[in-house]
Amino acid sequence: MFNSLSDRLTNTFKNLRGKGRLTEADIDATVREIRRALLDADVAVPVVREFAAAVKERALGQEVSEALNPSQQIVKIVNEELKGILGGETRRIRMSKTGPTIIMLAGLQGAGKTTLAGKLSYWLKSQGHTPLLVASDLQRPNAVNQLKVVGERAGVRVFAPHPGVTSEFDTPTGNPVQVAQDGVNEARAKLHDVVIVDTAGRLGVDAELMQQARDIRDAIEPNEVLFVIDAMIGQDAVNTALAFNEGVDFTGVVLSKLDGDARGGAALSVASVTGKPIMFASTGEGVKDFEQFHPDRMASRILDMGDVLTLIEQAEASWDKTEADRMAKKFMDQEEFTFDDFLAQMQQIRKMGSMKKLLMMMPGAAQIRQQLDNFDDKEIDRVEAIVRSMTPHERVAPKIINGSRRARIAKGSGVTVSEVNQLMERFAQAQKMMKKLAAGNMAGMPGGMQMPGMAAAGGAKKKNKGKNNNKKARSGNPAKRAQQEKAASQKQATTGSAFGQQSQQDFNMDDLNLPKGFEKFLGGDK
Amino acid sequence: MNDTLTLILYIVLGVLILGGVLAVLLRGPKAPKDGYPSTRDADDVRSGEDEAVTTVERPPSAAGRLVRLRERLSRSNNLLGKGLLALLSRDKLDQDVWDEVEETLLMADLGSGPSERLVEALQRRVRVEGTENPAHVKQMLHEELLAIVGPDTDRSLHLEGENGNPGVVLVVGVNGVGKTTTVGKLARVMVAEDKKLLLGAADTFRAAAADQLQTWGDRVGVQTVRSEKDGADPASVAFEAIKEGKAQAVDTVMIDTAGRLQNKAGLMDQLGKIKRVVEKEAPVTEVLLVIDATTGQNGMIQAKVFSEVVNITGIVLTKLDGSAKGGIVVAIQEELGVPVKLVGLGEGPDDLAPFDAKGFVDAILD
Repeated sequence: MFNSLSDRLTNTFKNLRGKGRLTEADIDATVREIRRALLDADVAVPVVREFAAAVKERALGQEVSEALNPSQQIVKIVNEELKGILGGETRRIRMSKTGPTIIMLAGLQGAGKTTLAGKLSYWLKSQGHTPLLVASDLQRPNAVNQLKVVGERAGVRVFAPHPGVTSEFDTPTGNPVQVAQDGVNEARAKLHDVVIVDTAGRLGVDAELMQQARDIRDAIEPNEVLFVIDAMIGQDAVNTALAFNEGVDFTGVVLSKLDGDARGGAALSVASVTGKPIMFASTGEGVKDFEQFHPDRMASRILDMGDVLTLIEQAEASWDKTEADRMAKKFMDQEEFTFDDFLAQMQQIRKMGSMKKLLMMMPGAAQIRQQLDNFDDKEIDRVEAIVRSMTPHERVAPKIINGSRRARIAKGSGVTVSEVNQLMERFAQAQKMMKKLAAGNMAGMPGGMQMPGMAAAGGAKKKNKGKNNNKKARSGNPAKRAQQEKAASQKQATTGSAFGQQSQQDFNMDDLNLPKGFEKFLGGDK
Repeated sequence: MNDTLTLILYIVLGVLILGGVLAVLLRGPKAPKDGYPSTRDADDVRSGEDEAVTTVERPPSAAGRLVRLRERLSRSNNLLGKGLLALLSRDKLDQDVWDEVEETLLMADLGSGPSERLVEALQRRVRVEGTENPAHVKQMLHEELLAIVGPDTDRSLHLEGENGNPGVVLVVGVNGVGKTTTVGKLARVMVAEDKKLLLGAADTFRAAAADQLQTWGDRVGVQTVRSEKDGADPASVAFEAIKEGKAQAVDTVMIDTAGRLQNKAGLMDQLGKIKRVVEKEAPVTEVLLVIDATTGQNGMIQAKVFSEVVNITGIVLTKLDGSAKGGIVVAIQEELGVPVKLVGLGEGPDDLAPFDAKGFVDAILD
């Protein structure tokens, strides 16, 4: 089973080794793979058809035949095309010039409109606006209550003159259009600068409710009509998007439930069919789990290529700054990497969430997916137990750990001596690598050794993992690997353009297959 | 010249005045400042309302619902059926036609794997039997589709326990698919079949989820076990429900759980705990995974992960009343062998029907 597009393509190209250039048949096979990858990501069929044609045209051109690595080149083309459809620039909310900015939410039932209203208001509030939530969903049981709860969580006022229905058996009463209108007037009177109107969820085929949405729209003349769509939606995305586009003529799209593992091909379908930009993504259950949409990351996600940017962002959010600075300094001074550091790193990484998930986000993770699937986060606990069974002295100077010490450590952590041995071995390797990296950095060695070197080292380790079916050793590595990444980017932050100079000679970003935007983390001016 | 000008002026004025008057006349009722005191307007017809709260309803039994299912499915699916037929009715069956057949199946969220296999099987049969007769090909397609959906799978719900234990039904799924509503609707079906049952509101996370479930229960005179506060341990609520069910010697206890995305390890662990804890009291007889018909290929991952954690025994396909076709269940059944047992067809309280493979395929193709 090949999960990521690059894997699939690599596999397709495997048979072609030795051939000088790609034939049309090769490209046909490739395009088929791309088509399947997109379909598996729930991109709508008509969109896929068009897309495959566009990619095929480009792939047949000069670009690919001249490329050294056609597989990568094609992935690059696909990525670019995807980004093209998703819209290159991040679109922001159009604020009204006079009076309050009115934002209306529409979408299917269960898409997450009410939750999103809370998140959006929280986000706007943190940007210095004073939003007002208006409860115009008088249809769904308890929608008004729910809005009040999320409003409270976000610390935003909720305008809910009508209690709505509280169970499936009440008939909806009250006039949502009137409530929306009153809400806007209320905002004018109380000087709120943003009004968010939550409307009832409706099916695309429900003409009556669609008319109601249309009426609300006409009555309040919103600056933005946001269409909320579930990232898990399948082929129906096109029908739904078209129905809503016709019904309320939305101005932007919000993808919800993006914290799930759906690839979110719907994003592509909607953007492509309606031409409307995707503005926000909702990524969790809390009011803060909300972000501006980044088309480039979405492209990687649809292709299942790993999401390094999110990884780094997550790291930044949970990383202890002083600890990171300490590490970076240590790294630069070429100090020995000790078990103490290792332990600290491990704790940092654990704060970021499941190790498995983090590893999955790494580019190239797909190749070790099989191993990752067997990987249990609890293995990390055992590694930690081993390290914690060492005395402080042993942690700083691992060299003193002799046979009897090993036996004691194994006993203390409830593992076998060979497991301790393996950990020590891996650790020594990691130490060496760190030193090499640091040395490369400090001397400013020509030949762009560090980054490719690091990638190679990472790759080697991955292979190690594959052959050596030792879980414990494996779990030690990711910590180090992630930590190296971090250290590298940290270093970048502290030393400025140290990378910048050589990276131009040898360091080709494409070789690493990193998503666009990663450069800024690796060096200011690629 | 001057006359026409005054005339136009008059007309404009008239329109303005009329418009103004109309605006005043047509302005709807304004919401009072402090909100409405109740969900009912003062002049609302209240006939039968009080009765309904006190007297318990007797929902119609499940028989006859299938007719409605067929009706609805044919409405939501006829586009697919027609498209397929039009394609297969062409004179020549060349690769383009097959590609389009495949695309049409893909549009129903069948997934790339099953679609490809279906088309290949059909192609093979056409080649072997050497027919290009559209009616015959259609018949074959019908058979192939039916073979995948599996007409002979056991789709009965295991609602009764053994050895004096009540049957335990656990309803699970991701957020916003309609779990609570499904529990409510299923409760109505069971009451219609003269079963004694109890509901357990183990969704302690979402605001007012327990209230929602209780409303469903109260309507048909079924007791709901719930925790007093929000955010209680769902496993303990579920456990209490089973205990209470045993004490009352009910036939079935149905447990509604909170929605959770399948990649949230913590929440999935919590779900595993619910099942483990419940099984201390009585074995779980049925685990229903609720899937939204609009869900695409992610439905497969959902089914896999939930299956790993709580070993699902059946699928409920909800919201089939939209334009979505729910083809993902075909893929799920093919891969995991978990059959669709129920379908939700709309917002009405009795819009839940047993799944019928033949009806499903018939509706898709006719």
